[in-house]
Amino acid sequence: MSVATLPDLATYALRLGDDSLVLSQRLGGWITNAPELEEDVALANIALDLLGQARTLLSYAGEVEGAGRDEDDLAYLRDERDFRNVALAELPNSNFAVTMARQLCFSTWQLALHQRLTSSADETLAGVAGKAVKEVSYHRDHATQWVLRLGDGTDESHRRMQSGLERVWPYVAELFTTDELEQRLASDGVAVDVSALRPEWDAHVDSVLQEATLTRPEGGPMLPAGGRRGIHTESFGFLLAEMQHLHRSHPGATW
Amino acid sequence: MSKRRDWPLWEVFIRSRRGLSHQHVGSLHAPDAAMALRNARDVYTRRSEGVSIWVVPAAAIVASSPDEKDAFFDPAADKAYRHPTFYDVPAEVQHL
Repeated sequence: MSVATLPDLATYALRLGDDSLVLSQRLGGWITNAPELEEDVALANIALDLLGQARTLLSYAGEVEGAGRDEDDLAYLRDERDFRNVALAELPNSNFAVTMARQLCFSTWQLALHQRLTSSADETLAGVAGKAVKEVSYHRDHATQWVLRLGDGTDESHRRMQSGLERVWPYVAELFTTDELEQRLASDGVAVDVSALRPEWDAHVDSVLQEATLTRPEGGPMLPAGGRRGIHTESFGFLLAEMQHLHRSHPGATW
Repeated sequence: MSKRRDWPLWEVFIRSRRGLSHQHVGSLHAPDAAMALRNARDVYTRRSEGVSIWVVPAAAIVASSPDEKDAFFDPAADKAYRHPTFYDVPAEVQHL
């Protein structure tokens, strides 16, 4: 057990769990719709890795919270304003290039975060991170491979990849926006201060963009970070409706 | 979508653990060798089936022809003396 105060710790686990849960749900939308069967399987694998992270983190958040909520309660019975994921994770799949741009940005950040979280003073978080580092290394590689091929492919694939990048870019700043809760936990050695991750993120993303002959979107608007406070984008309600509908209509349903 | 050029076919070989040889497990489509390797990882090793993967362009495989079956394989059928059946194999030898 860490020295962090329990409400802080529960919220922190919920944030990281929601990131993984929501992106997992988004990626699941590609299954049977990806450009090739092989890509269906690849995206499903990534989604399932993220779902595994989410299950552990939400269970832990519920346990630390101590109000008797389990992973299903947290995933299926919270409303939009109670979700704490970053907006990038909830952005619609749109086309394959947008999905790959989103994945490159997210996985590069998540990998840097979890690499540091492996030395967290909280054993559960450190354990989740240890497993996640291997998974997310592959997610980042998968996205990197596609961004390289689409960016440095045909004129049309280059145009779409650049456009995908510009679609997700305004949501990148939130990834590196820290707050008091995170700072308190970071000073206890429990959490990772995300504002410190930017140079590492830039190094990887910039090298990929350069090799892919893509242009780093600069000067555009950066949207204010609201995800950690429960402020979400327009499409998020629809995502939740689809994800939660079965559980809410048939409480306790199993198969 | 109908105008899209199809990705080439790759044959996938997996070694399930050290000491065994790679076995053919199936095939898949991928745009190039690096992606073929990744696709093979996703399609064929999701349940811990392997420790090593080979992918080979299906077009690079030279196969024997069914028409040549008699000339290729039948002459071996009646030569029992080529089989090492006259030795006792120690029980500890596992992968012979």
